[in-house]
Amino acid sequence: MGLFILRRFGVMLLTALCLTFVVFFLTNLYPNLEKLAKTQGNQRMSDEQVANWLENRGYSQPLLIKYGQWLGVAPGFTNTLSDGQVVGNCIRPGIAPEDAPNFCGVLQGEWGQSTVFKDDVGAIVSKRLGNTGYLMFWVLVLMVPSALIVGVLAGMKEGSILDRSLSTFSIITTATPEYVSGVIFIAIFTSSTVGLKWFKGTATSAMDNPTFENFFLPVLTISLYGMGYIARMTRASMTEVMTAQYIRTARLKGVSFPNIVMKHALRNALIAPFTVIMLQFPWLLNGVVIVETLFNYKGFGWALVQAAGNNDIQLLLGISVVSVFVVLFTQLISDIGYVYLNPRIRIS
Amino acid sequence: MEPLTWTGSISFLNPVLMIIIAALAVAIAVWIAIGLLDAVSVINIEGDTATLSGPAAFNELVKTGILYVFYALVAVVLAYLLLGVVMGTNAGIVGAISYQFSSVWVALILLFALSMAFKRRLGLYGKLYDSPIGMIGFGIVMFWVFVGIFGAMDMIVTHDPLSQVSGMKNKVPGTPLRNIEDGQYAWYLLGGDNLARDVFSRMVSGAWIVVQIAPLATLFAFMVGITLGLPAGYYGGRLDTFLSFLANLILAFPVILLFYLLVTPEIIATGVPNYMAAVLFIFPIVFIAVLLNSRYYTRPNFRTPLLTGVLGLAIWLYLALISTKGYVINNDQTTIPGLPTVLDPFDIPGGILVVFVSVVFVNSPTVFRIVRGLALDIKTRDYVAAAQTRGEGPWYIMLWEILPNARGPLIVDFCLRIGYTTILLGTLGFFGLGLPPESPDWGSTINEGRKLLSIYLHPALPPAFALLSLVLGLNLLADGLREESLKD
Repeated sequence: MGLFILRRFGVMLLTALCLTFVVFFLTNLYPNLEKLAKTQGNQRMSDEQVANWLENRGYSQPLLIKYGQWLGVAPGFTNTLSDGQVVGNCIRPGIAPEDAPNFCGVLQGEWGQSTVFKDDVGAIVSKRLGNTGYLMFWVLVLMVPSALIVGVLAGMKEGSILDRSLSTFSIITTATPEYVSGVIFIAIFTSSTVGLKWFKGTATSAMDNPTFENFFLPVLTISLYGMGYIARMTRASMTEVMTAQYIRTARLKGVSFPNIVMKHALRNALIAPFTVIMLQFPWLLNGVVIVETLFNYKGFGWALVQAAGNNDIQLLLGISVVSVFVVLFTQLISDIGYVYLNPRIRIS
Repeated sequence: MEPLTWTGSISFLNPVLMIIIAALAVAIAVWIAIGLLDAVSVINIEGDTATLSGPAAFNELVKTGILYVFYALVAVVLAYLLLGVVMGTNAGIVGAISYQFSSVWVALILLFALSMAFKRRLGLYGKLYDSPIGMIGFGIVMFWVFVGIFGAMDMIVTHDPLSQVSGMKNKVPGTPLRNIEDGQYAWYLLGGDNLARDVFSRMVSGAWIVVQIAPLATLFAFMVGITLGLPAGYYGGRLDTFLSFLANLILAFPVILLFYLLVTPEIIATGVPNYMAAVLFIFPIVFIAVLLNSRYYTRPNFRTPLLTGVLGLAIWLYLALISTKGYVINNDQTTIPGLPTVLDPFDIPGGILVVFVSVVFVNSPTVFRIVRGLALDIKTRDYVAAAQTRGEGPWYIMLWEILPNARGPLIVDFCLRIGYTTILLGTLGFFGLGLPPESPDWGSTINEGRKLLSIYLHPALPPAFALLSLVLGLNLLADGLREESLKD
């Protein structure tokens, strides 16, 4: 087990390195740098000025060196401009250039400066992650139990009335992406034309003061899309368990139906959905980006859109590292959890 | 011109519809309640043929009731549509829309009638008509396919989806135009959006974009996934480790981040999507070449002309696909000449190509994983061992023994994946990536409409429901196919 986890960590690091390099490569293509120069400097810069601006700030170095600097294995770039201003990727406002450290990359715990928000990337990412974490927490609280209940109820008796109606419900939710369900919810529950002003159409105020009124719709929108899939997986797993020999034995010896479901079937039926729930995280991340844009909730996904829209290299890298780790970490947990939950594998 | 009401002179049907819907709702609620009680209390052992009595008889009664109410609902809806086709705008907005869709109804009826008549000779497709769910799904999907095709042939749209008409900004459905010129349709059937364009026509044109891109992109993703997944599963070892690592690498990217990195004007300027297109579009050619060669290599007299013909055509299409105006890539840094303009029958607009490539790129790792898993499972079967003993080559075994036996799950996944691709296309449009901002695709329209959603509902809802119904149709179709293919 220890070796397995260690190997997975190795793969995880390798994946993160590859991915950040891909992001680095794509954000450092010349047209992207040109855009960065024009948004940071001046929209009407000539090609020569752009080249100069990039040269002065170290963007024209070879790609691998820049990547090394970001990682913190190559010494940071410094340059003194003609007006005496010292620029470089280790220079921070408030610290004298002479005191600036030589290496400043991810390995030193420095995530760089965001060019959009003019702030430390680490601070931005952690603040936005906090907002999103809160959203995700409520999404999970709503999504997982309801998905499991729907799946178990549908899977108890395959082909029954209940199964049909719940399965239809879960198919409809999987067919409704967040930007469709969100728009429909906003139209029904918040607009003045329908008149049911039950909720608020934006969740901006939910960042400081989350209430049921301004926070429920985003949570519902994300949960619904993920719910259908988990419910269908749970149903499949439950129907499989319900046809197993030990359930038949339990029935024949006269155990009541609720008891069969609660004591015999449920535990075995919940192994597969656990994996599915964990693997659902990367998808939830997508949902988060859409919903945060739709409801104007300034979390991680919103930061991603801002960073990508403005080619904010350092912030994008920080965000991709975090999301890659979320994805790979949930995969790891799902693997370990599967082994742990399944007695057949655990004991052998 | 008078503004149109929703149902016009056929509004006498409205109370009937209301009553039927209410009856259906009540019946379904009762049905579900029975189901809940039933699930908790009755122990139903397989093969149990107890006589119907008490709750079970009541259950049957409710079931028949629901069936009849449902038929009545279908009949009323058909009456709306039929009267609409006959009466046109006299039957209000619903009638006018139904009238515009006449060609779609004819095509749908023809398709279903023909398929029903010959369903025993049509294999899996024919069996689809045994499953009501599959039939409903297929009907919805084909509805949108026909809407897309006939819309592109200019048989449905009432106005140009891009042109703006003064005075129609954010107008409600059924508003007549102010100054009607000759030959111009007199109403905005589903209202105008915030740039005074016709919502109905934009929705119909959006269907064509989806119908063009989604199936083809999914097909390409499947070609890539199959060409790489089969050897990874069959050979295993280093190749498998490497390819799986690559697939996991792409899957670890949040899709939206990937889109934001790939589908921006700056990246398009560098030609990265063109390089990716050049690489990704090779896979179908490789797939076809290996497929035919592994089958017919024992008969060179037949194989050589076949391969020359098919590959010649495929490579010509490939070159035509990746080259625009005589160049594969033509920017400041690099210029790669492509097919001369004379031989190039079509140019794909840059935006569409990028969207296409990124959707294929995002989908193929998942297909790869599915195919690899299936290949791992199937390669242990006896018929594969038999083929190996016969001395068949590995590619023959992969493509002619393993792949046909994996078709069931693959076809089902293909349907689901077209739906997922549709969702991805919508996501791209929603973030304003790829396609031009005025493009009528559903994602962009939803994105535009949502900004004024609290005041005007009509611009955002039609494309939202269109996308929802198409994806739902594909899901139902996949479910029907899964059921039918399990019956064999």
